[in-house]
Amino acid sequence: MTKIPKIALIGNPNAGKSSLFNTLTGLRQKTGNFPGVTMDKLTGIWELGPKNQIEILDLPGIYSIYPKSIDEELVINILGNPAHPDYPDMAIVVADASNLKRNLLLFSQVRDLGIPTVLALNMIDVAENEGYVINSIKLARELSVEVAEVNAKKGIGINGLKLAVQKTLENRFSSNDGLPLPVSEELITDIQVAFGDVDPYRCLLWLMEHDRMKMFTKAQCADLDQIMVKHDFEPKKYKSAETVKRYEFLTEVVDRCVINLNRQWDAPPVKTWTDRLDKLFLHPVGGYLFFLAILFVMFQAVFTWATYPMDAIDAGVALLNDWLKGILPESTFRGLLTDGLIAGIGGVLIFIPQIAFLFFFISMLEETGYMSRVMFIMDKLMRRFGLNGKSVVPLLSSVACAVPAIMSTRSIGSRKDRLITILVTPLMSCSARLPIYTVLIALVVPEKNTLFGLFNLQGLVLFILYLLGFFMALFSAYIMKLILKAKEKSYFIMELPTYKGPRFKHVSYTILNNVKAFVFEAGKVIVAISIILWVLASYGPGNSMEDATNRIKVQNPNLSGVELSNKIAGEKLENSYAGHFGKFIEPAIRPLGYDWKIGIALITSFAAREVFVGTMSTIYSLGGEIDNENATIKNRMRAEINPQTGKPMYDMALGFSLLIFYAFAMQCMSTLATTYRETKSWKYPLIQFGYMTALAYLSAFLVYQALS
Amino acid sequence: MRTVADLGIGEHGFISGFTDEKLSLKLLEMGCLPGTEVILTHHAPFGDPIAIKVSGYTLSMRREEAATILINHK
Repeated sequence: MTKIPKIALIGNPNAGKSSLFNTLTGLRQKTGNFPGVTMDKLTGIWELGPKNQIEILDLPGIYSIYPKSIDEELVINILGNPAHPDYPDMAIVVADASNLKRNLLLFSQVRDLGIPTVLALNMIDVAENEGYVINSIKLARELSVEVAEVNAKKGIGINGLKLAVQKTLENRFSSNDGLPLPVSEELITDIQVAFGDVDPYRCLLWLMEHDRMKMFTKAQCADLDQIMVKHDFEPKKYKSAETVKRYEFLTEVVDRCVINLNRQWDAPPVKTWTDRLDKLFLHPVGGYLFFLAILFVMFQAVFTWATYPMDAIDAGVALLNDWLKGILPESTFRGLLTDGLIAGIGGVLIFIPQIAFLFFFISMLEETGYMSRVMFIMDKLMRRFGLNGKSVVPLLSSVACAVPAIMSTRSIGSRKDRLITILVTPLMSCSARLPIYTVLIALVVPEKNTLFGLFNLQGLVLFILYLLGFFMALFSAYIMKLILKAKEKSYFIMELPTYKGPRFKHVSYTILNNVKAFVFEAGKVIVAISIILWVLASYGPGNSMEDATNRIKVQNPNLSGVELSNKIAGEKLENSYAGHFGKFIEPAIRPLGYDWKIGIALITSFAAREVFVGTMSTIYSLGGEIDNENATIKNRMRAEINPQTGKPMYDMALGFSLLIFYAFAMQCMSTLATTYRETKSWKYPLIQFGYMTALAYLSAFLVYQALS
Repeated sequence: MRTVADLGIGEHGFISGFTDEKLSLKLLEMGCLPGTEVILTHHAPFGDPIAIKVSGYTLSMRREEAATILINHK
């Protein structure tokens, strides 16, 4: 079988690459967009014709081949290295026709690297609305390249693109102009002798960007540095001069190929929708009010509207459990299946509506172009805390999940800003904390209306927990700003794209992918931990389980039936492996008000906090007062008695202590793994784990001592 | 020397040079070329960052970054 050709989609951010990718591949992605796997680059299959498949590679948007941030680095690491497994056979440069000159800068650089290239002109309708008519045939001739006019969103012009791609693939023609600015021939020869005979412009890319390219060893980097010194080559000067030179050439080309109707009729510039909307969204007062309103609607959706489908899922899981309890014989296995596994998985499924709503809002904000306005109005505020306007996106999306949020920090150019954002992002309350919040709040906060009956008290506490996470993130960021050293200055030069209608197909795909990832990733962990926990809680070292049974029987000769078996179950749990683990850490958590049973939950939810509720239901169903009516986790916890005081275990003090602990504690392996991957060092996940655990422990201690 | 940071809302000027070599490459790539017209269109709350219209689109930057772009009235 022949290798199928590979095409890279390259273009400015917002030029329509992802739309084109979706149109070409019909969203048939080869690899799912699971957090951490392919967030950075996506591949899909484009069927040119029967038996003619092409692999399409969607890359992050860039303005030039000289990267300024980590997500941009990825692109030159692929395009600059012919030995890279993703090195494309050709490139489609997607250009926004309404901003042609700036988009052509990147095109000319990619082409000069010696990669066969097709130019796809997108958003021609936008350009025409603004009064620009583009003669694409002339443009193709001037640039000696195949040009295809497409409308990526509506899928128009794909046949023309097909033709252009087929032609380019056949003749492998790259209309290389050589070097934009001449350099000494010896310089190029020196690089070619040492590193291989490639296009001169690629030689210069290697020379100037070798520090950011993974293909070079340390020794090779030193060699390139030496060549640079030998020829007295100054990369910064060259890049600037090159950019100016390219723009000079492109200005002439664009002048010849584009007619500006506004200028011909001497009409005043058209007031676009973007101008009008920005008047509102960027208004010093109105802008903030609008952003607050959007946040309000978002939280309203997540905490109010989502409750209807959530109740339905809850009822469905309860129904399934009752049904299974009815048809299966009474056994420990039935307990594991119904109270452990299904209850645990139900605890994950119930959050699908909330996660769907969160991702719906976040992807809508990104799709429409409003997110960059939020960055704009928040930059000054965030900067005070050592963050960056761009930190708003990770902070906001970590309300759903910290893993994609941390990955979205790649677009933050300054290393210090990015590091701080990564470190504090998990303090935002993610969706995995919701089950814990919900159960605990229901236990300790009375259900009544407050503030003129406007707000539900339980809802208010929940909202305060979210705010607490946000302010703690800001506070921690401020402390880190004082500690961490900055190597370079942060900057905020960013395009404010025109507003666009959202692509609902794209939005629904984002929601689907993220819900899928959440359910399967979290589901796997919960199933595994539920089984391990069940084993650990059902067996003990040596004869301890039998001893426990006999001991209770001897101590309570008058008891029988349900009461006796409850007592035995409780004693067994205490003597099981899990009980021993819990007892082992009990002294450390005693000051926070926790007993060994909560200790077990803390241990199991170390890897993923969503396991907490499942663990609680397993523990209390194995060792608690079994009450066949209303045997929900909430009621079981409510029935738990503190052996020392004789009062209910879950009082205000313990409830709030646990809430605060879970709000701040770093209990998520996936987040730590993501931090490791994104910072490429164990130092930062360790710092993150350390400071968050300390914060959680101290705050929970203070809360418990103050309330009890 | 006047810079983009000195512009009021709705005012314009023509780029004549840059004072920060590192930032200048990014600005050039984004279409802030010598001789190009810039119009200041928005201030964020508290006057920072700012948004300018340049080469047919809107670009945002901080005030201190805008202060590295020299302008004149042609």
